[in-house]
Amino acid sequence: MPLYSQIIQYVLSGITIGSVYAIIALGFNIIYNSTSIINFAQGEFVMLGGLTMIFFTVMLKFPLVIGFPLTVLVLTLIGIIMERFAISPIKKPTVVTLIIVTIAVSILFKGIAMLVWGKDTHFLPPFSGEKGIAFMGASLNPQYIWVVGITVVVVVLLSVFFKYTIIGKAMTACAVNRTAASLMGINVKRMVLLSFALSAAIGGIAGIIITPITLMSYDNGAILGLKGFGAAVLGGLGNFYGAIFAGLLLGVMESLGAGLVHSGYKDAIALLVLLLVLFIKPSGIFGVTEASGFKKF
Amino acid sequence: MDKKDSLTLLILTVCLVIFPFIVTNTYYISTMVFVGINGIIAIGLSLLMGYAGQISIGHAAFFGLGAYTSAVLTAKLGFHPWGAFFLGILLSSCIALIIGIPSLKLKGHYLAMATLGFGEITYIVFNELTDITGGPSGIGDIPKISLAGYTMNTDIKYYFFVWAFLLLILTFSLNLIHSRIGRALRSIHDSEVAANAMGINTGKLKIQVFMISAVFGSVAGSLYTHYVTFVSPSSFGLFFSILLVMMVVIGGMHSVWGALIGAALLTILPEFLRALKDFEIFVYGSVLLLIMIFLPRGLIGGLEYLFNRLIKKV
Repeated sequence: MPLYSQIIQYVLSGITIGSVYAIIALGFNIIYNSTSIINFAQGEFVMLGGLTMIFFTVMLKFPLVIGFPLTVLVLTLIGIIMERFAISPIKKPTVVTLIIVTIAVSILFKGIAMLVWGKDTHFLPPFSGEKGIAFMGASLNPQYIWVVGITVVVVVLLSVFFKYTIIGKAMTACAVNRTAASLMGINVKRMVLLSFALSAAIGGIAGIIITPITLMSYDNGAILGLKGFGAAVLGGLGNFYGAIFAGLLLGVMESLGAGLVHSGYKDAIALLVLLLVLFIKPSGIFGVTEASGFKKF
Repeated sequence: MDKKDSLTLLILTVCLVIFPFIVTNTYYISTMVFVGINGIIAIGLSLLMGYAGQISIGHAAFFGLGAYTSAVLTAKLGFHPWGAFFLGILLSSCIALIIGIPSLKLKGHYLAMATLGFGEITYIVFNELTDITGGPSGIGDIPKISLAGYTMNTDIKYYFFVWAFLLLILTFSLNLIHSRIGRALRSIHDSEVAANAMGINTGKLKIQVFMISAVFGSVAGSLYTHYVTFVSPSSFGLFFSILLVMMVVIGGMHSVWGALIGAALLTILPEFLRALKDFEIFVYGSVLLLIMIFLPRGLIGGLEYLFNRLIKKV
C-alpha cells in the first residue's frame, strides 16, 4: 500500500476511535458541568454498554434494533443507581472525596462485570458485515461508518437537548452557576441525577459502537475512560465542542503514531501532545483560565 | 513535632519492635514489609496532597524510577546497591523538577490529568525500552542490599530495615509539617492567593514538596527492588498510582498518620480478600465505597471522632 493510502487508512481508524473518545469526553463533561465531579467510572459505563449489548444480541439473540435501546435503557438505570447509592449519600462532598468515590464505584462495576461475564474477551458482530469498502486506496470498515454516524447523531441530539429543551437549558444553567440556578427554581439535585443518567446512557452508546471493532472484556473500561478524560481536559473541561475536537485529535494522533512511529508508543505520543498542550495552555485548547482555577482540590 | 506526635511515634516504634516476636509467621512479616514500602510513598504523597493541596495521579512513576534505577544499575551494570539507591533519588528528584515546573502551574483536574499522563508515559517507557528495562518480562536476579555488614536477606531483617527507613521519613515529615515550611504549605492548601499575598513563594514551595514526595517514592522503589529482587512494569502502572491516592484519602488526607493507616489498610485488605477469589474485586470496591460514604474524612477522622466521643462519655 502506498504511503498516502496508508496515512488515509490511519486517519480513518483514528477518526473512528476518536469519535468514541469524543463521546466518552462528552459524558465526562455532562457530569462535570452539573457537579464538578470527574467521574472516574465513565469508562466502566462504556465497558458495561458493550457487554450488555453482547448479552442482549449475542446471548439472547435479540435483533440490533431492540438490543440497542434496551442496552441504553439498562445503562441509564445504572447511572441513576450510581447517583442514588454512591454520590448522593455523601454528606459533605469535597472534590477529592468524590473522585475516590467514583474510583470505588468503577472498581465495583469491574467486579460485577467480572462476576457476570467472566474474564474472557467478548465479541460483538459488526452491525452490517465486515466487507471493507474501498476508499481512496484504503479499505473502509463499514463499522467505522456506523461509529462516526452514531456519534454525529448523539452530538446533534445532545446539542438540541441543551439548547432547545427546558430541561437541557436547566442543566446548562446549573453548569454556569448552581446557586443562581437553584434560586431560579431549578431542582439542582434532580439535574445531578439526570446528568448521571444521561452520561451513563451515552457512555453505553460508546461501548455498543466500539465493541465490534475492539472487542470487550471486564477490564477495558479504565483505559477508555482515561482517553476520554484526556480528550475532555484537552478540549477544556466542560466545553462541549472542545471535547469533540480534542477526542478526534487524540484518536487521529494515536492512530498515526501507532502506524508511522511505533505501535508500542501510541498512547505515549497522544499523552505527550496532551501534556505539551496543557503546559502551553493550562486550561485546554478551548478552556477558560478562570474556570480551571475555580474548581480546585 | 508536637507532644502527641512524639508519643504516637514512640508507641508505634515499640509496637513495631515487639511485632515480629509475637507474630512469627513470615507471610505476615512480609506483608508488613510491603506496608512499610507503601507507607513511605503514601507519606510523601500526603505531604503533597494533604498539605500542599496538589494532587498527583502519577506517583507510581517515581516508585518505578527508583526501582528500575536500582535494578538496572545493580543487576546489569554491577553498581553498589547504595550507589544505585542514591542515583535513583537523584534521578527522581531531577525528573520531579522538570515535570513539576510546568505541571504545578496547572490546577485541579488539569493537574490530575498532567500527572496521570506523566505516570502513563513512564509506564509505557518501562515497557518499551526493552534493551534497558527488559520490557514486559522485567529484570530478575537483583542482588540484596546490605547495611553495616548485615545483608538484608531474610524477611525479619528486611522488616526492620524498611521500618527504620519509614520511621526516619515519618519523623522528618512530622518535623517539616510543624516548621515554617509546613505552615506555609497549609496556607497554600487553603488559599494560594492569600499565601502569595503573605509573601510565600508558593511556586517554589510546591515544587520542593513535589520533589520531596518524588524522593520518598524513589526510596520506596529501591527498597522494593532489593526485597523482591525482581521488577516488571506491571507494578508501576496507573492502578498503583490510583491505589496510592486512595491510601492517602482513605486514611485521612490531612495527616501523615492517615497516610500510614491508609497504606496499611489497602496493603493488608487485598491479602485477606484473596480467599474470596472471584468476589475479590467486588468486595474491595464495596469496602472503599462504604468507607468514603460513612467516613468522608478518612479513617483517621473517624478514629478521632470516636476517641473524642469516648472522652466525653468518660
